[in-house]
Amino acid sequence: MDDAADSAVEVHGVAKRFGATVAVDALSFSVARGEIFGLVGPDGAGKTTAMRMLASVMTPDAGSIRIDGVDVVKDPAQAKLHVSYMPQRFGLYEDLTVDENIRFYADLFEIPAKEWHERAQRLLAASGMTPFGSRRAGLLSGGMKQKLGLTCALVHAPRVLLLDEPTTGVDPVSRREFWQILYSLRAQGVAMVISTAYLDEAERCDRLALLHQGRIRYCDTPKRLKAGMPGAIIRITAGNPRRLLDVVRTLEGVSGVLLVGDGLHIHVDDAARRLPALLHAMAPAGVQAGDIQRVEPTIEDLFVGLLEDEPQAA
Amino acid sequence: MDQASAPAIVVDKLSKRFGDFAALDDVSFNVGRGEIMGFLGPNGAGKSTLIRVLCGLLRPSSGRAVVAGIDITDDPEAVRRRIGYMSQKFSLYSDLSVVENLRFFGGIYGVSPQTIAERVAFAVEMAGLRGRETALVSELAGGWKQRLALGCAILHQPAVLFLDEPTSGVDPSSRRRFWNLIHDLSADGVSVLVSTHYMDEAEYCMRIAMIAAGRLIALGTPHDLKRQSIGGELVELECDNVGAAIDLVAQMPAVRDVAVFGNSLHLLVDEADSIAPEVCARLAGHGLTGARARRIAPSMEDMFVHLVRSAKSQREEATR
Repeated sequence: MDDAADSAVEVHGVAKRFGATVAVDALSFSVARGEIFGLVGPDGAGKTTAMRMLASVMTPDAGSIRIDGVDVVKDPAQAKLHVSYMPQRFGLYEDLTVDENIRFYADLFEIPAKEWHERAQRLLAASGMTPFGSRRAGLLSGGMKQKLGLTCALVHAPRVLLLDEPTTGVDPVSRREFWQILYSLRAQGVAMVISTAYLDEAERCDRLALLHQGRIRYCDTPKRLKAGMPGAIIRITAGNPRRLLDVVRTLEGVSGVLLVGDGLHIHVDDAARRLPALLHAMAPAGVQAGDIQRVEPTIEDLFVGLLEDEPQAA
Repeated sequence: MDQASAPAIVVDKLSKRFGDFAALDDVSFNVGRGEIMGFLGPNGAGKSTLIRVLCGLLRPSSGRAVVAGIDITDDPEAVRRRIGYMSQKFSLYSDLSVVENLRFFGGIYGVSPQTIAERVAFAVEMAGLRGRETALVSELAGGWKQRLALGCAILHQPAVLFLDEPTSGVDPSSRRRFWNLIHDLSADGVSVLVSTHYMDEAEYCMRIAMIAAGRLIALGTPHDLKRQSIGGELVELECDNVGAAIDLVAQMPAVRDVAVFGNSLHLLVDEADSIAPEVCARLAGHGLTGARARRIAPSMEDMFVHLVRSAKSQREEATR
């Protein structure tokens, strides 16, 4: 991965300030061809700023960004030929049809008709949109708009695709289809950088960078990030779990308790060591051994734990 | 009527047609007092239509709905005084301050001048907005706006709260904080119906109602729903070359469906434990060594996608 020739995206020491605010600081990462790289973080962590600099619509104060070997600061026009940026609200023309929108973006990139037409048909078919070619974009559902946006973003066959919170407000069935399209692009060698606030979505990326206050705090595969999380998560399934909260919070080794609809998720330092005490404390409330189980932590558990351990910015 | 034990929302054989299109088709469920009911469905399934009917904004074509003890067709005005509503867009005035927004919405909801100061103070406290009272909404981050919108929706002490995708675009820590507030309201007896597209969020609900094409397709606690059948068992397959593996496993008759998930594949099979070693053996036979396959529990999303798809194929079967 260190070999620059193999990297589709190379970010090195990038910083961006807005007045006194440091939006992004010492940002370095690389994305290989055929890799899906996720940027996750709270509001204001610098995700969108990072995306805009990658898309060369914003210039970094320091550092370098290379897309497909091209320096985006020195030669943004050349870099834009290889990259496509899909912002949260993709600029679809609502009074144009699906086909007309695609054609508009193809013309923008001066793609020969024969080339984009074939590609557009393939992309539309893959997302189940073929029957809607003559429907006006304004009449599409949220999920279909996203898929059309993606089709438009792909019409010039970019080698790098930047997606800023691509599935916000999209239902799970459409979201799954959307991700299957991303995975087929990955198989074709397209590199992707995706920002998301939903961590069940982050788990679908090949690698993740957890961004906080403009800096990368962790960067690894979802699996290794979770495996590296200190402690364990224990779930208690119970009706009216709120009544158990006060007792659980007082137990030794418990560092966090999350109230979910039909139970509690308890973050402990050591599952095997703390289980007996937990079971004992819960018995008077009618909780049985079968209601207590160790569950895999989610990326969200890791992330929230990280933020709680740090002083919060105002 | 026994107020303490009566459900806060009764939906009884409710249908809503627009011309030939059945947006809601014979939907029935109850929401108890203080219960948090999650409401899941694909886009266009009828979620917004049902929320509008329950808010007294749309008349049902048939069936009955009772909200906070009032039949919605008898007195929609009285229903609206007893409910709070928060949309995904938050509908705040960005050039007004936090307190100005609260006072404005208090006026709209008919909070009396005698109690408004006290209710605004309560909302500021509850939503964790102390110190930000004079900040303009346009200066607030997403999570703050979201809590302010919730504060605006509960100023008139509604018995029932409708939340329409309330955490769209809000970051994880803010989302957890928001859900703690919802659970606090629920402990005070407020009933909540919340629609969402995110399964990690659905887990915060006490029960979940799933609808597809206007029909109720599942109802239960998150735990119970995840234990339902998804039409087979799931195998997670990890290997180096996912692209090559997908074709090899898709050809196996025992594998009914293959989906890519991150660095791994999810296979739908009849019996995970017997098929997992066969899958690894087949891959090894084609030079893909070191593959690992194991049975995994289906997620809520697996469950949801399965239910929506089987409801769809049943409908297609019925119209054939």
